[in-house]
Amino acid sequence: MTMLELDNIHTYYGNIHALKGISITVDKGEIVTLIGANGAGKTTTLRTITGLLKPRNGTVKLDGEDIARHKANDIVYKGIAMVPEGRGIFARLTVTENLDMGAYSRNSKTEYDTDIQRVFGLFPRLKERRNQIAGTLSGGEQQMLATGRALMAHPTLLLMDEPSMGLAPVLVELIFETIQQINKEGVTVLLVEQNALMALSIANRGYVLQSGMIVLQDSAEALKKDPTVQKAYLGME
Amino acid sequence: MRQRFLNRINFTDIALGIIGVALVGLIVVGSFRTLAEGNYTTRQWLDFVVFGIAQGSIYALIALGYTLVYGILRMINFAHSEVFMAGSFTAYFAAAAMAKSGFLEANTFVAILILFGVGMVTSIIVGVLVERIAYRPLRRAPRLVPLITAIGASEVLKYVFKGLYGDQFKAYPEIEALKGSFTFGDFNITRIQVVVILSAALLMLGLYLYVQHTKVGKAMRAVSEDKDIAALMGINVDAIIVRTFVLGAALAGAAGILYALTFRQVNFFMGFFPGIKAFTAAVLGGIGNIPGAMVGGIFLGLFESVGPILFLDGLNVPAPYQLKDVIAFSMLVLVLLFRPSGILGERLSRSKA
Repeated sequence: MTMLELDNIHTYYGNIHALKGISITVDKGEIVTLIGANGAGKTTTLRTITGLLKPRNGTVKLDGEDIARHKANDIVYKGIAMVPEGRGIFARLTVTENLDMGAYSRNSKTEYDTDIQRVFGLFPRLKERRNQIAGTLSGGEQQMLATGRALMAHPTLLLMDEPSMGLAPVLVELIFETIQQINKEGVTVLLVEQNALMALSIANRGYVLQSGMIVLQDSAEALKKDPTVQKAYLGME
Repeated sequence: MRQRFLNRINFTDIALGIIGVALVGLIVVGSFRTLAEGNYTTRQWLDFVVFGIAQGSIYALIALGYTLVYGILRMINFAHSEVFMAGSFTAYFAAAAMAKSGFLEANTFVAILILFGVGMVTSIIVGVLVERIAYRPLRRAPRLVPLITAIGASEVLKYVFKGLYGDQFKAYPEIEALKGSFTFGDFNITRIQVVVILSAALLMLGLYLYVQHTKVGKAMRAVSEDKDIAALMGINVDAIIVRTFVLGAALAGAAGILYALTFRQVNFFMGFFPGIKAFTAAVLGGIGNIPGAMVGGIFLGLFESVGPILFLDGLNVPAPYQLKDVIAFSMLVLVLLFRPSGILGERLSRSKA
């Protein structure tokens, strides 16, 4: 069942034509990854889906409803949460306050309690540091916090922008395991990564973005074997 | 190591160093001589301190408005002094009417609450209108542009009040219950000062609790860090900005009433000096920092009240108290020179984690 459908999306930064007609579908329960070099338009795609950027043309359909012109702060109420690039935690707020902000769109106190237990279950480190100012956390802990904060919104679709950026390999592994676990619990994931190998190893399907266009799309297995992908993104000759 | 350190010192550092040492020297020598001469009694010093704290509380309330808006929009709301004036001025009409009908004397407590209500509501209306008309359409404009409209809005407000009510001072009625003072030995405090300090403390405590512990307060802090990310959380950024203006304006309105109770006169131009002093206080404490504005306000009030006599009297400066504004604004210049981030402010260069 199609959950998210981008159809012929054109997005501009001022006069720069950043996305040149992108079409992507994500089915319920999938992990889909978007790979590509720096500046290919991966982050722009996610910002368009979340309403931080408005596309000039095209539709973004979530469960059949066009949300392309909705405001960013309304879209989280539709069930989309994002772990932004560079983590984007609120550095001067405490860990718990960051999680509270993640739950801003939620109203039920009981659900909040279950959600925060779930996040602390996934990331025990956050529980230990719940009263610490978020800016003093290590990079890995900040990534956990950004992920936990997104989960507090109880999303059906989770967008992740470069979760492995700047993290030690052990932590990258932990984050990817967590993504799989979150997915098993029923959250659909759209994952943007530069670390194409890791991304393709947990994803069902993938899209390759180049200069604002989709140049390849296939199952993750097939993409891993594709010679152009191997050469350009997996560092194999 | 040492060589590299010496190489990095340039002419500006040396000039600043000399100014710094000279000022500290002047302050120390001045204070020492003033105290040695002993022209002032303990009672007088205590009076200066109490006056400074009361005055500083009013500055702090206004400074919070500057700091709240700066924290969230990174702009100086130069119309804030007129938000303060509008509340104080409008409440004058309520005060005059209540004085005429006798309600002010018969029911002083309720009457003062009504004054606060009128002043705060007027300030809120003016503050929100300024945001809506002069700032919101320019949200994506370069930062200099809203600064210019801020100054424009400030002038418009001043001259609207002048046009409507003339340019004479209007005298607030004197309230019988607020006359007189309490004395404990050498310590003397007027009833009005008690009202000013207590109300300001209550309002600041309320603001602090609101910003630290309510959902909206946390959202305000989130918006002040990153508007895009805050929007991703489902926070309506524009609504939060309006609430920030409401809070700042309400405090300015309350400050306007306390100011009017203390000095008992209003005028269309009355916002200018308290406004610019409060701005100084906000910078002094570290602009954008809420406890900083409170500390900065009290500190400036004290400095301005105790400073002229303490530093200058011993140096045989005639009529030092006339120089209190010089002292206050010298503080602003010095803070900008030596610690641009203010007493409690973060270093601006500190990389965002």
